Amino acid sequence: MSQIELRTAPHVHAPRSVETIMFNVVLALLPLCFFSVWQYGLSSAVLILAVTATCLGVERVFSSQSGKGNTLGDWSATITGILLALTLPPNFPLWMGVVAGFAAMALGKAIFGGLGYNPFNPALVGRAFVQSAFPSTIASFIPAFAPQRFAEFSPSTLTMPLMIPTDNTAWIKAAGIDAFTGATPLARWKFENFTYTAHDFLSGAVTASAGETSAILILLCGAYLAVRRFMDWRIPVAVLGSAALVAWAFQLYNPAHFPSPLFVLLSGGLMLGAVFMATDMATSPVTPLGIWIYGALIGVLTIMIRYFGGLTEGVMYAILISNAASPLIEKFTQPRTYGARSKL
Amino acid sequence: MSTLISNFDEFMDGLWKQNPIFVMMLGMCPTLAVTVSAVNSISMGLATTFVLTASCLLISILRHIIPKEVRIASFIVIIATFVTVVDYSIQAISLELYDALGAYIKLIVANCILLGRAEAHAARMPPVPATLNAFGMGLGFTLGLLAIGGVREIFGAGKLFGIALFGPHFQPWVVMVLPPGGFFVLAGWLILFSGIRANKQRKIEAELALKGAKA
Repeated sequence: MSQIELRTAPHVHAPRSVETIMFNVVLALLPLCFFSVWQYGLSSAVLILAVTATCLGVERVFSSQSGKGNTLGDWSATITGILLALTLPPNFPLWMGVVAGFAAMALGKAIFGGLGYNPFNPALVGRAFVQSAFPSTIASFIPAFAPQRFAEFSPSTLTMPLMIPTDNTAWIKAAGIDAFTGATPLARWKFENFTYTAHDFLSGAVTASAGETSAILILLCGAYLAVRRFMDWRIPVAVLGSAALVAWAFQLYNPAHFPSPLFVLLSGGLMLGAVFMATDMATSPVTPLGIWIYGALIGVLTIMIRYFGGLTEGVMYAILISNAASPLIEKFTQPRTYGARSKL
Repeated sequence: MSTLISNFDEFMDGLWKQNPIFVMMLGMCPTLAVTVSAVNSISMGLATTFVLTASCLLISILRHIIPKEVRIASFIVIIATFVTVVDYSIQAISLELYDALGAYIKLIVANCILLGRAEAHAARMPPVPATLNAFGMGLGFTLGLLAIGGVREIFGAGKLFGIALFGPHFQPWVVMVLPPGGFFVLAGWLILFSGIRANKQRKIEAELALKGAKA
């Protein structure tokens, strides 16, 4: 005799969990890591490993302390670690990377209650902490494709804990690069009004943080996530679109001073931020209209900080501010319940 | 004997159980503003202790004379008098320290601990317990400031009481001497102390449960 099984909806659901999504984000981040290692060599590789290991360790300690057991399996700490390392200069001292990883996980995530409860992107909290703690170190870079990059570390990488980073000048000179300014494209635009061409950016031959140089690679990895619907494509589109639009308007106003929208999109951490950080599910709105407002806010704030602020790069603070605004955005963009009267 | 014990309790109250900074969360303004170094913290704490003890003694003596309707104004006048004394004394002793503490010496008059203690304790108690309690509170406040200022100085300058701890190549953590550093360190201590308290509470409850099970 056959039996009839009665169940409540939903009857069909996708076998998709937090772990699946997070694991795929890690997969999408791996090409960026490899590209960074290819560009900067050993220093970048150990930095990524050290920061990620710190994040995993801190997550492990806090999750078992709060009685949640082992939460490393959800991969979120791994993502935070890799992302954080990719936003730091490749020659960042390892001990400072450990500090950044600790700040990211403890200050950005654990004290709020762990995954899903954090109001701010943990990786950016970590970066913001070390940016305000070590402002000069985080603004010093090594050139990409130095010939000895696979043979030896940059001297500052191996600085003793708590000590001032070792000077990199001799190492850079040994790389055979005579005129290395150490300034990022954004800094050179801001202080020297010098703009790079798109070719410089696409080949990765600019001074930058470990993982923000290759726009094409970032877009490809983002596209993979978007196609498999592990990421909301509207957020990066809104961020990049609004940034390009505002930059275009400024350039129309004064072409001699303001750079082209293409320069704005390719320079600094805008691509990395738009694709991998603004899209953090815990810290972005879920309402359809709210997503567009949130993305646009990040784009506009980034341009405003870059053009008129004291810092050369504004993506980090733009995303953190928009994270803070996202509950408010959600509140104001609640969709109307079917059949209910519009409040306005 | 029992008065001795209760007087001792009055003194210990402010040091731990009702610590102004870590338990009552009063006087947050100087707590965050002047705790850049251990020396600044101690000076601020001792200045506050002096004003608190002296004004609580005076208020306690005068508690039957001060009319209820104008008590707040009277307390403020008494506190302000001692703040002026401290202000001029510090200026005379060390101009450098005076500049470092800035307006916060004068702002002792607006510190919640002073008016709070005067209103809640000194105005209702005889002089001896009132003074002891005020002195304990002041010392508790000083210890709290020192706990924050010490950590901020170690990370922010690599020193403690001006003595270098890590040699000349120490990399200062700029954020620790900026206002956010004050918040971070205060929050860190609060987490630690509330953790200790929660642990104690859990132990007591477990013991009670055990007794209940036996009974």
